[in-house]
Amino acid sequence: MALEVQGITAGYGPVTVLRGVDFRAEAGQITCLMGRNGVGKSTFLKCLMGLLPTTAGTIQVNGLTLQGLPAHQVPKRGLAYVPQGRRLFGPLTVAENLAIGGLVQGNDENTLHQVLTLFPRLRERLTQTAQTLSGGEQQMLAIGRALCLKPTVLLLDEPTEGLQPSMIALIQEAILTLKAQGVAVVLVEQRVDAVRKLADRVAFMRAGRVEEVRDGAGLAANDPAFQTYVGV
Amino acid sequence: MAFGPFFLLALMEGLVTAAVLALAASGLSLVFGVMRVVNVAHGAFFMLGAVLAWAVASAMPGQPAIAFLGALVIAPLLVAALAALADGLILKRLNYDPEATIVATIGLLYMIQQAVLALYGPNANPVTAPFELRLQLPWFGYSGYKLFVIVAAALVLLALWVFMTRTKVGLIMRATQVDRTTARSFGINVDRVYMGTFALGAALAALAGVLIVPIQQAHYLMGGDPLLLSFIVVIIGGLGSLRGTVVAALIIGLSDGVISMFFSPTLAKIIATLLVALVLVFRPQGLFGAKA
Repeated sequence: MALEVQGITAGYGPVTVLRGVDFRAEAGQITCLMGRNGVGKSTFLKCLMGLLPTTAGTIQVNGLTLQGLPAHQVPKRGLAYVPQGRRLFGPLTVAENLAIGGLVQGNDENTLHQVLTLFPRLRERLTQTAQTLSGGEQQMLAIGRALCLKPTVLLLDEPTEGLQPSMIALIQEAILTLKAQGVAVVLVEQRVDAVRKLADRVAFMRAGRVEEVRDGAGLAANDPAFQTYVGV
Repeated sequence: MAFGPFFLLALMEGLVTAAVLALAASGLSLVFGVMRVVNVAHGAFFMLGAVLAWAVASAMPGQPAIAFLGALVIAPLLVAALAALADGLILKRLNYDPEATIVATIGLLYMIQQAVLALYGPNANPVTAPFELRLQLPWFGYSGYKLFVIVAAALVLLALWVFMTRTKVGLIMRATQVDRTTARSFGINVDRVYMGTFALGAALAALAGVLIVPIQQAHYLMGGDPLLLSFIVVIIGGLGSLRGTVVAALIIGLSDGVISMFFSPTLAKIIATLLVALVLVFRPQGLFGAKA
């Protein structure tokens, strides 16, 4: 099991957001996380990355315990994160953003080559600052930067949000390629069509818990789970 | 003396001020840029550099060049170590909160000042310049050491620019400056970056202090003016912008040299303050700073 989470709780100050989340993600699979706004999807990813402390539960990546590690140690365990809104280093160039991504692994040329093969458009923009890229290119860079870590588990928080259809297709193709390469992909996604196209498994969240886990293949567009947990 | 040579002399004096100011202000700007900490103790680090230079020079009498070279290395290193300690013991515990760190660095300024007063005394002490060289121009003679200060400051600033833009550590510092949370997600130990940045900023102030001490004298209250002028420079140049710091230091230094010589030093300070007011009203982010 690439990622195994049992019963984690967390929150912001006195407000508890996660109330005992159980979650699993396997290598070479895309596990989608769905739920209404505010159920704790992004908070859950932040906990995995050590950016928010957990108050109970366990997190294991490839059999190694994560909780208690300082945030900067987490990527060394094989976890990479593409946050919502991308959070690129805007004034830095594309090449510099990718170099930051590759710090943990020592910036080997092979990985950089693989990333630029996956997103050839980034190769043309290497000397441009990240803030001057289009939305789709920025998302490619955000994913490419995370891939420079050579992760075994990749966390993506709504990576196609606000993108035009052609860009969405490109990003989805890239996610499928990563799956084929054996990466365990955890994808927070709100769009039913995207989930049905990409997901091997879907974890539905409500009120700070994963309440139901389904096989992606068994989900019809009008499945009641979508109505129950996402409201569409 | 005719106007031309007089003006040249004023410019040269202004360049010396600008050089020292650019060094000191670049440290202040770096610390704010990366850590978002307004370091009020920056002037104390400047003073400490000068006082330590005097201490090193006193320990090696009769060898001004070697003593000065020693001071140039030892004083910034000691001040950097003190700053690193202050970061770990004070700023980190305050979680680098912008308001709390202002108050904390005021306290640090006071502690350093009083410690120096207790250990070093209230006297102003000179340090002999490392070499006696006088550049004889057709109109006047000029201190070779002052020209050395200009060249040395320019070289240090160039090295700082290369360090920030061309090295891995500089890249890590710039990434941390943009977004410290995301930097953590890519394996960057932000605490260590902050400690290094605070130490580097303090070392730059101390270096400026060492360079100035053969021209001025080491005194426990000498950090006030450089602190004020450094703030003026970083407000005009834009906090966190090295280029802006250098340009603003040149503007302030040269105008200070020229106006002080032709009119009065007080008028130079008034104009600098007016410039700050204009920048704050019309371009609050500074000439080269990014908009908040």
